[in-house]
Amino acid sequence: MPRMDPLFAEEVNSFGRFDARACLNCGVCSAVCPMGIELLPRKLFRYVLLGVKDRVLENVQAVYSCLLCRLCEVNCPAQVRVAENVRFLRYYLNKKVFQI
Amino acid sequence: MPLPIGDTVGILADNLRMRKSVLPIPARSTAAWARGLGLARGGETILYTGGMYQLVPYIQALNRFQEKIEDSWLAGMIKYGRMANRVINISALMARPPGSERESSDRILVNIARLLRRAGVDFGYLYEDDLYSGALAYDLGADDVVEAHTRRLAGVFKKYRVKRVITVDPHTTHMLRSVYPALTGQHDLQVKSYLEVLVERGAVPRKELRLEAALHDSCLYARCENVLQEQRTLLLRAGVDLKEPADSGRFTLCCGGPAESLFPKKARETAAKRVEQLKKVSGRVVTMCPICLVNLRKAAGGEIQLEDISGYLVRAYCEG
Repeated sequence: MPRMDPLFAEEVNSFGRFDARACLNCGVCSAVCPMGIELLPRKLFRYVLLGVKDRVLENVQAVYSCLLCRLCEVNCPAQVRVAENVRFLRYYLNKKVFQI
Repeated sequence: MPLPIGDTVGILADNLRMRKSVLPIPARSTAAWARGLGLARGGETILYTGGMYQLVPYIQALNRFQEKIEDSWLAGMIKYGRMANRVINISALMARPPGSERESSDRILVNIARLLRRAGVDFGYLYEDDLYSGALAYDLGADDVVEAHTRRLAGVFKKYRVKRVITVDPHTTHMLRSVYPALTGQHDLQVKSYLEVLVERGAVPRKELRLEAALHDSCLYARCENVLQEQRTLLLRAGVDLKEPADSGRFTLCCGGPAESLFPKKARETAAKRVEQLKKVSGRVVTMCPICLVNLRKAAGGEIQLEDISGYLVRAYCEG
């Protein structure tokens, strides 16, 4: 059972680079995503915002599968900067998981 | 076993840090396309390739290797490959493209140089200092390595007193125009795609092509760099009857190429979806990004004819 980890949310916030607070949870991004990965990007961002670190770490492949094509961004009614958020998560995983 | 993400990203980042490109190829190969063209070294206005078109044959060769080992036990050996790659350049050994692929990429750059000259643009070239922009490492989140690399680039531009950069592909355009200023604090470099420069110069075709073709927009040009009208203007002036596929312009569908370095099979599946859309409107397709060109070609398997826009433009604006 995944747990919320407030320290994870705090750690992510400390970089000042992840911002999906404006997300309305409408699901347009997932509907238009050419990769057809259900987690991308809405659910993934929700896990980050809620601090569900386990779920993020279980889904590393999805984080790197994003094409950064921004089709979701041009369709997003809340103008969330999806590609930059995904890029930040990669940066975070590179540092914390892969030690790059 | 899928390709290991950390080790694959690690190899690409190590290469950029140690060898100035994600897939290191000798500087003389990067500049080989310019041989015999008499381009001045450096200058205030330069044609900057960022090595993207030159890298593509090597990326293709590496991907053929990756596709073979993806989902096999050999994928697990990449971690040892990363260790060895720090000592010897093994990624260059794995990626050895046939000469015909290299010639085909070089020809695109020669076409672009010819088009700019024909439009009266005075430009130089950096030859062995025409460094890779860092685009793939940036996309993969290797930000620290990319930041250090952009400082190298800033040094090169300073050395040659470059003021205006003409780019040839969407990835390099995006890196230099939208990413680079934020990373280096250098905001006085003017960056334009050669397509924008040709339209600004009012390039006039010498002959009409009189053919029909579908246009595949690049995601970065369409959604980040607002290069949407230029390719249409130039092709329409050249007498191309342009066909727009479903999902075009700002809402273009990705070719899948960005997934190629980690998930070759997913990249091919995504490209196949786009090929289906394109072939519904024409058997001939125009691209403007080296990654789109190779990825769509691979998925199309000869079903449609894919060619970089520079080929059409050079036939209309420089020949005849």
